[in-house]
Amino acid sequence: MNKVLTIENVQTFYGHIQALHGVSLDVDEGEIATLIGANGAGKSTLLMTICGDPQARSGRIVYKGEEITGKPTYEIMRMGIAQSPEGRRIFPRMTVLENLQIGATILGPDRFEEDLAKVYELFPILKERERQRGGTLSGGEQQMLAIGRALMSRPRLLLLDEPSLGIAPLIVKRIFEAIRRINEEEKMTIFLVEQNAHHALRLAHRGYVMVNGRIQLTGSGRDLLANPEVRAAYLEGGR
Amino acid sequence: MEPFLQFLINGITLGSIYGLIAIGYTMVYGIIGMINFAHGDVYMIGAFNAVIVYLVLGILGVTWVPLALVLVLLLAVVLTSTYGWAVERLAYRPLRGSFRLAPLITAIGMSIFLQNYVQLLQGARNKPLPPVIQGSFDLTSGSDFVVKLGFMQILIVVTTVALMVVFTYLITKTPLGRSQRACEQDQKMASLLGVDVNRTIGLTFVIGASLAAVAGFMVTLYYGVVDFYIGFLAGIKAFTAAVLGGIGSLPGAMLGGILIGLIEAFWSGYFSVEYKDVAAFSILVLVLIFRPTGLLGRPDIEKV
Repeated sequence: MNKVLTIENVQTFYGHIQALHGVSLDVDEGEIATLIGANGAGKSTLLMTICGDPQARSGRIVYKGEEITGKPTYEIMRMGIAQSPEGRRIFPRMTVLENLQIGATILGPDRFEEDLAKVYELFPILKERERQRGGTLSGGEQQMLAIGRALMSRPRLLLLDEPSLGIAPLIVKRIFEAIRRINEEEKMTIFLVEQNAHHALRLAHRGYVMVNGRIQLTGSGRDLLANPEVRAAYLEGGR
Repeated sequence: MEPFLQFLINGITLGSIYGLIAIGYTMVYGIIGMINFAHGDVYMIGAFNAVIVYLVLGILGVTWVPLALVLVLLLAVVLTSTYGWAVERLAYRPLRGSFRLAPLITAIGMSIFLQNYVQLLQGARNKPLPPVIQGSFDLTSGSDFVVKLGFMQILIVVTTVALMVVFTYLITKTPLGRSQRACEQDQKMASLLGVDVNRTIGLTFVIGASLAAVAGFMVTLYYGVVDFYIGFLAGIKAFTAAVLGGIGSLPGAMLGGILIGLIEAFWSGYFSVEYKDVAAFSILVLVLIFRPTGLLGRPDIEKV
């Protein structure tokens, strides 16, 4: 299987505080890989380190055979990686349509209408809200917009940071269904970071468990779901 | 009634100039949160560039006035925006990410540097320019106060309105404008979408300097004289206009510019010319006390 993303022994610091202690993992072409872990484990830091902000202090990140460690963020994103980041980061004073347009910045206008139609088909509510400012959307709508905005650049690797955070269960279900469709219909590789381990592991082909900036467990989504340690720590709400 | 009309015309003319400069302040503030105190001096350099290009064209034998003016305008804009870009690249970009006061102090230093740079190269004396566009319409007749609308005044206001239309289109409808607004709202996210933030910030300085160059060009034609110090007062006035309109707000900058122009014109007309600057800056004080976000500014706190 072709590796889309290889992370080798990456260490990341915020000032003097070390957030990632030598993380290594792979994501294969066409799969949904998930990274689960508690608050503060370093999941979002890992996603941001892939995007070069902050830069890894040591280790290597390879995307499709090319090393991207040390490249500026905008260059990494232009290579076909897109992220729906922690906290969604919708541009609050731009309309929904403008948020989607800025998502397509690196592609130019040629295929914009086609891609826009796809995103609206995936999340019909966005079409209804087209002229509304991003800041006025509900949390669930903002999350859909953040994923839609990421899709507008036609990425080959989609990074999703906690798409279920703070969102009503019914909407979470819809969003995970959309993620599955993107993966199946567009053959897009997805790297999903989640605290909602149950949903994430059921969806993912492969899972990683992160504790305090280190990968502690690896396995297929199904294996991890059955793993007693994972069940105790992440699925049954206690230890 | 006649004096009122005359002051109104003069005020709007002056206000257009202030508005064009104010946009440079407000755009830069919007995108990197600093007051570029060197912006007034970039405007001064725009005026000097206009004079220099005009004289060079004269030497080269380009004497047909409309052609000469268009060439002067274009070249002044190109030269001045190069200055704007260079100021950002050399003085501000290396300080990105350092503490907030560092770029602000650097901007003041840059302002002093640019003034002395021009003073050394061009001399401290006024540079006069022979009047190019003269003449006016008389709007009233008969009474002893004739209201005059100068051709140059018409040119200034029409050029400003045209620029505003182009500029508004640029900011609201083009990919460059979208990137600019995205960087203003969330630089980290903009770079996650493949926007080159440094380049966008550089272009913001280029746009601000271009508008300031047009203002400098028109002021040179209007008053027929420039010196190395005109940037200081005009810069502070335009900054006041930007604060009055709401710093960070583009329509606010234009509105603030017009208001400051009107306040100055009416104050000079009805009270005293000597104290017109006092009037304008008193407005700054009052705005900062009673409405720090300005007329069209938005409050800092926002629901996310």
